[in-house]
Amino acid sequence: MPVLEKEFTYAPPGLAGSPVPLKERYDNFIGGRWVAPKKGQYAVDLTPATGKPITEVPKSTAEDVELALDAAHAAKDGWAELSIKERSRVLNAIADVIDANAEMLSVAESWDNGKPVRETLSTDIPLASDHFRYFASVIRGEEGSISEIDKDTIAYQYREPLGVVGQIIPFNFPLLMAAWKIAPAIAAGNVTVIKPASPTPWSILKLMELLEPIVPAGVINVVNGPGAEVGMALATSKRIAKVAFTGETATGRMIMQYAAQNLIPSTTELGGKSPNIFFEDVMAADDDYLDKAIEGLVLYAFNKGEVCTCPSRALIQASIYDKFIERCLGRIEKIKQGHPLDILTTLGPQVSKAQLEKVTNYVKIGLDEGAELLTGGHRNVLPGELAEGYYFEPTVFKGHNKMRIFQEEIFGPVLAVTTFKDEAEAIEIANDTMYGLGAGVWTRDMLRAFRMGRAIKAGRVWTNCYHLYPAGAPFGGYKASGVGRETHKMMLDHYTQTKNVLVSYSPKALGFF
Amino acid sequence: MEEDRVQATPEALELIERLAAEHGPLVFLQSGGCCDGSSPVCMRKGELLIGPNDVLLGEIGPAAFYVDHEQFERWGKPRFVIGVSPGAGDTFSLEGRDDLHFVIVG
Repeated sequence: MPVLEKEFTYAPPGLAGSPVPLKERYDNFIGGRWVAPKKGQYAVDLTPATGKPITEVPKSTAEDVELALDAAHAAKDGWAELSIKERSRVLNAIADVIDANAEMLSVAESWDNGKPVRETLSTDIPLASDHFRYFASVIRGEEGSISEIDKDTIAYQYREPLGVVGQIIPFNFPLLMAAWKIAPAIAAGNVTVIKPASPTPWSILKLMELLEPIVPAGVINVVNGPGAEVGMALATSKRIAKVAFTGETATGRMIMQYAAQNLIPSTTELGGKSPNIFFEDVMAADDDYLDKAIEGLVLYAFNKGEVCTCPSRALIQASIYDKFIERCLGRIEKIKQGHPLDILTTLGPQVSKAQLEKVTNYVKIGLDEGAELLTGGHRNVLPGELAEGYYFEPTVFKGHNKMRIFQEEIFGPVLAVTTFKDEAEAIEIANDTMYGLGAGVWTRDMLRAFRMGRAIKAGRVWTNCYHLYPAGAPFGGYKASGVGRETHKMMLDHYTQTKNVLVSYSPKALGFF
Repeated sequence: MEEDRVQATPEALELIERLAAEHGPLVFLQSGGCCDGSSPVCMRKGELLIGPNDVLLGEIGPAAFYVDHEQFERWGKPRFVIGVSPGAGDTFSLEGRDDLHFVIVG
């Protein structure tokens, strides 16, 4: 694998020298086999790097979802009855095969989504394999419970899988978000039908090629197609026992309503508008810590801002605003936007033309509502084959929290900066949003950090760090950011139900009749 | 109802008419949040229970257009102009089947 500091560009999938073999067309992965969509329709999958086709993937219909559900139902009892030891072994084998093919998956993911390969090599793929290992290990330590109701009556509590679950994956971390959903579901003994995001349907199929000999048939099924067709058929099905979704709020409401209609549980992660708060003491010294804090602000451009927890609102204490933003803008100037398979690229293209249009539109909205543009603000037309790619300059606005660019998730490399006087105002601004997924607090004063961590209404408050996603730390939303948690063993609660067996060891009748 | 807060481009209106002919009465709900968050989502009328906290902003062609009340307030009660662009979005919106997506153009 190349070192991340030395110039190197991977050949795109399918070209000579690329670590990624490419077929002209892929099918659905159902029941351990590659199955053509019933209606025979396919869609072209584009790479955002150049706007050109990668391959073709199924444009499936409800019939294909039924096939996947058939396969899942055929597999569910066998998988649920497998010993924990064996299930754990399969999850570890998934992790091993991801690691053994990390370079191939990193390049495929980068090409499908547009994210820089230095991110997929260092973050997406290692986190994905670790996620399987985490759930492979925690299930070995899970125990039910026994309680003595009285000396002859014992209550046994078992955790049993739900059965067949439906999982809808977003486009921003196609493989990592799939790992976040698949690992706990199958670790808990469920089988799954996956609907990948329409802009990123392919990298998960490269993963399934690797998993084909490892995972029993029907345990993981993947059906590609439009949300209005495949996603809806899956989410409304009477044949799923739970639905999990990451995406926007309108579809989130539909998902939760369908779950209510079928009386099944749902978990949703619906985004945020996360504040990243910098107190004046970050500039108390010009040291490693300040350098880390500056990078902490610039992390709004990580994964081109296409992150549910994008720290897209920077709240900077007024007393340091001028000096601190100058240092940050200097760091933003050093962002290297370009070919995502260039190992030195730090900012790739937006995932789709639709997202590029949306970001462009929000910049216009920001300017119209009077925000001050500090840098960026335009589509970046790169030379040569990248000219048709969906690149947008890293952008920073200064304004106030009532502006629309401070209230709505733009999902692009667009930062909205404002200032605050004191801790109370920082808390007020931080919480003045519909959402509550993530937040960042930067201060050398850990007493203040503690107070802030408790006062911010968000599911995760990164303190003197940002954008870390380790397995073992629960992740999920307050307020309109969704219901449920991920990346923690408490996920096993979302994917199991409790069986109570209440046993009487007494030979005596109750005496009622 | 907040009077006349939404319009559609001629291309969007044509698509809405076509979707209505195929699927019957339609409703839009303005989305928010993650991923395709700012997308107007087009669905069959009755597909989603419109609640007491949704605001009717007007009609575009045969379709009523709603937005969550708090979202509308926080966005500064904007006027919406709905257009259409090529490429499927990533929501459950009906036009995704035809590789198109509704978008706010103004």
